[in-house]
Amino acid sequence: MKTDDLIALLAADTAPVPRRAASRRIGIALLLSLPLAVVIMQVEFGMRRDLVQAMFWPMFWVKLLVPLSIAAAGFVVLQRLARPGVAVRAGWVGLLLPVLLLWGLALVSYALAPESRRADMVWGQTWRSCAINIGLISVPVLVAAMVALRGLAPTRPALAGACAGALAGAVGATVYALHCIELAAPFLAIWYVIGMGLPVAVGAAVGWRVLRW
Amino acid sequence: MARITAGNPPPGSDAEAALRSLFLRGLDGDAAAYHQFLQKLGAHLRAFLGKRLFGWPDEVEDLVQECLLAMHNQRHTYQSDQPLTAWVHAIARYKMIDLLRAKSVREALHDPLEDDLAVFAASDTDAADAKRDLTGLLQTLPDRQRLPIVHVKLQGLSVAETAAATGMSESAVKVGIHRGLKALAARIRGQSS
Repeated sequence: MKTDDLIALLAADTAPVPRRAASRRIGIALLLSLPLAVVIMQVEFGMRRDLVQAMFWPMFWVKLLVPLSIAAAGFVVLQRLARPGVAVRAGWVGLLLPVLLLWGLALVSYALAPESRRADMVWGQTWRSCAINIGLISVPVLVAAMVALRGLAPTRPALAGACAGALAGAVGATVYALHCIELAAPFLAIWYVIGMGLPVAVGAAVGWRVLRW
Repeated sequence: MARITAGNPPPGSDAEAALRSLFLRGLDGDAAAYHQFLQKLGAHLRAFLGKRLFGWPDEVEDLVQECLLAMHNQRHTYQSDQPLTAWVHAIARYKMIDLLRAKSVREALHDPLEDDLAVFAASDTDAADAKRDLTGLLQTLPDRQRLPIVHVKLQGLSVAETAAATGMSESAVKVGIHRGLKALAARIRGQSS
C-alpha cells in the first residue's frame, strides 16, 4: 500500500476524538476499582471498630494522608506518562516527597522513643501481614490502571507500569489504613512503603511487556 | 493557544503552527484539514526518519507508515496545551527505537537516540515504496473491519455507499474502519516482534 493511500484511509476514519482522554480513562479506572479495593478490605480484614475514635488521633491522619497524597501525585504523573512527549517534572517530587517526610518522621520518633518501645514501633503486631495485605488490596486498581494505559500511549512502558503500581499501592495503603491498628511512624515507614512497593515492582515488570503499542 | 516562544524559535516552528492548526481542526472533525495534516506530517516524518535511518533506506517508508498509523490511533493522547512537535517526536522516536531494537543493531543507537526535537525542520514528499505489504495485512482482518476499509479507501466509496454495498449500517462502517486501523497497527506489531 502506498503511503498516500494509507493517509487517505486514515483521513476516512472520522470517529470523534475524546478530549483529555488520559485523565478521563485513568479517572474512570480508579472510580471502578476503588469500590472493589474497599470490598476486599472489608471482607478480608474488616474496618477497624474504633474508626470514629481513631479520627481524633493525629497519627491516624498521617497514616491516611501520606498514601493519599502519593495516590494524588501518582494520578498526575501517570496521565503525563500516558501521553507522548509530556515531561513529568515536578510530579516526581509529589510522588517521593510524602515517602521522604514519612521516613523523616519515623527517624525522629524512633530516636526520641525510649529504648524499650523501639522494637514495638518497628514491628508492631502485624508486620508479617501488613505489606502483603496492602499489595492484595491494590490489585483491582493496578489491573484497572493497566487496562486504562493499554488504551493510551506510554512511551516508557516499564516506568508507566511502575507508576500505575505506585497509584495502586497508594490507594491500597489508604484503604488498608481503615483496617490497620498500627500507629507508629517507623512501622508505617517500613511496612507501608514495602506494601506500596510491591505493586510498583509488579507494575514495572508487567508494564514492560503489556504496555507496548 | 499556547505556542513555544521561549528563546529563539526552534527550526520548523512555522511548520509547528501550521501543522498544529490543521491537526486541531482535524480533531474537531474537519476531514479535509486532517487529510492535509497527514500529508504534511508524512513528509516531515520521511525526512526526519530518513536522516536517522540512512543505513536502512528500505525501512524508512515502512516506519513512516507505522508512525502515521500510530499517531492516528493515538491522536486522543494529544492535548492542545502541548507543542505538537514534542508529541510527534516522542512517537516517532518510540517507533524508531522499537525498530532498531527489533533489528538489535546496537551501534545504530548512538545517533538516532539524540534528544533532537526538530521533527518539522525538514520535509520530503518523495515517497519510496513501502516494503511491508499493508494491503496483505489488511486481508487478515475480519470482514466487518476489512470490507469498510476496502470499500471506503481502496475503491473510493463514501460511507453511505459502502453501507449500501455491504449491507452494514453507516455507523457499523465507521466503527469497522476505526477498529480495523487499530487492528492493523496490532498486526504490524505482531509481525515485527
